[in-house]
Amino acid sequence: MTPTASSTESSAPTSGVFDDVVRSDSSLRRFLHGLPGVDQVGAEARAAGLATRSVKTTSKAYAIDLAIRMVDLTTLEGQDTHGKVRALAAKAMRPDPADPTCPATAAVCVYPDMVATARQTLGDSGVHVAAVATAFPSGRAAMDIKLADTRDAVEAGADEIDMVIDRGAFLSGRYLDVYEEIAQVREACNRPDGTGAHLKVIFETGELQTYDNVRRASWLAMMAGAHFIKTSTGKVQPAATLPVTLVMLEAVRDFRDQTGQMVGVKPAGGIRTTKDAIKYLVMVNETCGADWLTPDWFRFGASTLLNDLLMQRTKMTTGRYSGPDYFTLD
Amino acid sequence: MASTRIDVRKTYKLYIGGQFPRSESGRSYVVNDAKGRLLANAAQASRKDARDAVVAARAAFGGWSGRTAYNRAQVVYRIAEVLEGRREQFEAELRAAEGVSPGRARAYVDAAVDRLVWYAGWADKIAQVVGNANPVAGPYFNLSTPEPSGVIAVVAPRGPLLGLVSVVAPLIVTGNTVVVIASEQHPLTAITLGEVMATSDLPGGVVNVLTGSVAEIAPWLASHMDVNGIDLTGVADPALAAQLEVSAADNLKRVRRPAPDTDWLAEPDLDRMTRFMETKTVWHPIGV
Repeated sequence: MTPTASSTESSAPTSGVFDDVVRSDSSLRRFLHGLPGVDQVGAEARAAGLATRSVKTTSKAYAIDLAIRMVDLTTLEGQDTHGKVRALAAKAMRPDPADPTCPATAAVCVYPDMVATARQTLGDSGVHVAAVATAFPSGRAAMDIKLADTRDAVEAGADEIDMVIDRGAFLSGRYLDVYEEIAQVREACNRPDGTGAHLKVIFETGELQTYDNVRRASWLAMMAGAHFIKTSTGKVQPAATLPVTLVMLEAVRDFRDQTGQMVGVKPAGGIRTTKDAIKYLVMVNETCGADWLTPDWFRFGASTLLNDLLMQRTKMTTGRYSGPDYFTLD
Repeated sequence: MASTRIDVRKTYKLYIGGQFPRSESGRSYVVNDAKGRLLANAAQASRKDARDAVVAARAAFGGWSGRTAYNRAQVVYRIAEVLEGRREQFEAELRAAEGVSPGRARAYVDAAVDRLVWYAGWADKIAQVVGNANPVAGPYFNLSTPEPSGVIAVVAPRGPLLGLVSVVAPLIVTGNTVVVIASEQHPLTAITLGEVMATSDLPGGVVNVLTGSVAEIAPWLASHMDVNGIDLTGVADPALAAQLEVSAADNLKRVRRPAPDTDWLAEPDLDRMTRFMETKTVWHPIGV
């Protein structure tokens, strides 16, 4: 676990590089529509090609442990209780109680009203508390409500805020509205002592229709100061896919080339097996390089994935196949 | 006039989760007929195929064990019906694989169909026979009922059709789901039987058929923590059987030991059903 990057410095969003771009709605549109188009067939072929790599033995053991450390263990259900969140937090700190060498996950991800419970259970274990805010998952609420939602979560002890963008505004071309929304929520993530919660911006790529839109949304969020860009809420199908994540990874890579700032990526929803997780890790390494292969810059939003990772881990340490009976359901 | 038509040959694959995939390993092995001539190639399953089969069997278990016993009987009877309709194909396969006479092949297919019907009849009767209303010293009902164990791994005996049917049918009528390693020498009929099961309203994953080396695959199934029982009927090597039994102890699997000299034509007893069932006893607080 390296919790250093979170909850620390919060430099001004992109400090001046894009001042001209975000001056007006039309200049922002000109910039976003001027980004090179995504070759859909090419992106899907590239993602499928990277998914064929075979990762075995010691590399696989390394990948599994890394993937566990990258998991944002998530419960976002109407039926969540404080008891369930406590159980989930306990699991995040010690995913496999039978094996002390098993690393902790990066964070638990809960609704804002559960943040205090999660914070209390996690204490100073190093596992972060991430809260979804801004009227998750639809994002359909007035701006002041979204900001209050965010401040509540930060006050309750959230280290990371997962916000959703207003897809209606984005799809109808009101890019500046989306930009300002992200910038304001980022503002709301600041704490009185000068530190701030990390901001992850969820695009809900399943509703953005095209890869071009995913690329535009990525740049928009990065210019507005997102620390992380995240594919989906997990409530809409399709959720995270390899090609969508590839487009976002290319965006963060190009963004660093241009501005020197690193932005993290978090695919969420639909990643259920170790095999899938390893495909994502291969793609991160091949697209952005090893700099991104840490929990500070790449996360998985998942719940069932962790159990499959633990089963594979147990298979590698004991030499026999494990079963779902031996791990907690949530 | 010489025929110019090209032969359409069947590729024998595995039967996992209601599908017929090739082995994940891409391997196959040669299957000879009774006279040692090439009959066909069969898929040679790997440990990963076994793992996938267990996942499929586990996924199918809830739905299959949750069906009424009466409905399971109907489905198994349906397998018998479809098998009867394709008897000529099976007789031909048995003659080719084992070199038996036409009369003998017919007798084996007859017996396999009858065996399925016999077990189908047991589906909604086994609970009455091995379950019980227990007398207790208090004003309670105390009822014991048999329930399926879960996912059962089976090493099938040599009989390509009758042997296979005789080990699989008793497990599925009681609500278990099965991963069966077909006879190594005679795997082809097992895959053809998979085609029968795939078209008999049997949900995908209830029966999964692997073909290949028993010595290679069986240890993975024996040590698999998500397998609840293992039937070693077809294990010929005593050392391998002992090793499998030791591995099976890791998660307290129910084990059925090898039975090399079974006469498959004889009427079976209930043991093949009851060995892989658990007894659930319930105290019912409203008394007699």
